[in-house]
Amino acid sequence: MKIHAFKIYTFLFFAFSVAGYSQNVKLINIDQLNERIKNGKDSTYVVNFWATWCAPCIKELPHFEKLNAEYKSEKLAVLLISVDFKSKLTSAVIPFVKRKNMKSQVFLLNESNPQEYIDRIDKGWSGSIPATIFIKGDKRNFIESELTYEQLLTEYKKL
Amino acid sequence: MQKFITTITVLVFSILFAHAQSTTLKAGEPAPEFKLKNVDGKEISFASYTKAKGFIVVFTCNTCPYAVAYEQRIIELDKKFKPQGYPVIAINPNDPEASKADAFDKMQQLAKDKKYPFPYLFDQGQVVTDQYGAKHTPHLFIVSKTSKGNVVEYVGAIDNDPEGTKTEKTKYAEDVIASLKSNQKPAITQTKEIGCTVKRKAKA
Repeated sequence: MKIHAFKIYTFLFFAFSVAGYSQNVKLINIDQLNERIKNGKDSTYVVNFWATWCAPCIKELPHFEKLNAEYKSEKLAVLLISVDFKSKLTSAVIPFVKRKNMKSQVFLLNESNPQEYIDRIDKGWSGSIPATIFIKGDKRNFIESELTYEQLLTEYKKL
Repeated sequence: MQKFITTITVLVFSILFAHAQSTTLKAGEPAPEFKLKNVDGKEISFASYTKAKGFIVVFTCNTCPYAVAYEQRIIELDKKFKPQGYPVIAINPNDPEASKADAFDKMQQLAKDKKYPFPYLFDQGQVVTDQYGAKHTPHLFIVSKTSKGNVVEYVGAIDNDPEGTKTEKTKYAEDVIASLKSNQKPAITQTKEIGCTVKRKAKA
C-alpha cells in the first residue's frame, strides 16, 4: 500500500513537472540571452520577439513550434521572447502560453530601456515585431517581418 | 540623346529602388509634402497650415495596442502644441485589406468617438508611409518649417513610457519642440520603440 501510494506520488510529481515546464515563462535580459548563446556555440539559436497583443506574431508562433518539434534531434534552440509589459506576465503571457500549450522555451524580456536593448539585439531593428534573429556561432541573420514556415525553415537551414 | 535616356532610366530606377527599400527618414533630411484624405473628406497637406512653425506627424492606427496606449497622449500633444504652432497630423499607415479594423470608415468612427482635435489621414497605397519610412505604430516625425523647406528634426517615440507607469518619464516629443522653439537643435533626434509593424498586403 505504501509503495503503491509512493508510485502514485512519483507519477503525479513527474506529470506535474513536465506540464509545469512547458508552461513556464522565465524572465530574461539581454546579458542573460547573450550568455546563453555564447555557451552554446555549436547550436543554432532561433530567437523570436513577439507579444500577446501582436496579431502577426500570434499567427507565426505555430511555425516556430513546428520547427522546434521537427528539428528536435538537431542542435536547435527556439527561444520565444515576449516583449509584453512586465506587468502582463501573470495576467496575459502565462495564460496565453498555457492556452496555446506552447512547448518551446518562452521568456519575457526583462529590460526597461528600449533605446538600449533594441540596438543590442540588432542595430538595424526599428522596434517592430515580429522580429527574429538566427544565430550560429559568429553568424547572425536578423529579419524584421512575419515569416511563413517555409521562410523560417529556409533561414534556419542557411546557417 | 542615347546617353540622356540612359541617365534618365538609371535615375528612375534608382528612385524606384530607394522607394522600395523605404529607409526611415533621419533628422536633417527634407520632409516630403503630401496631400491625403482626412476623415472629414477634405485633403490635408503641410501647405494647409500657413501659420504653422512645424508639425508633429504621427503614423498611428486604430488597432495597435501601443497606438491605443498613446492615443490620449497624442491628443494632448495637439492640444498643447497646436496653439504654439506645432499641430499634430496623424496618418494611418496600414493597408485596409491587411488590417480591416483600420479601414477608412473605422478611422472616421474612431476620430468621431474620441473627438480627435487633429486630422487623421488615410494613406492610399501607403505612399507617404514609404516616403517617410514609417515602420510601426505609433512612429513619430517632428518636422520644422525652415527657409529651405520642411525638415525632419526628430524620428521615433513620443516618450519612453509606452505603458504609462513610470513616474519620471522622458518626453522626447515635448523636449524636441521646446528646443525648436528656442531656436536650438534637439539634443535627441532619434529614438527606438517597440510597436506593431505597418500592415501590408501579402506579397504576390
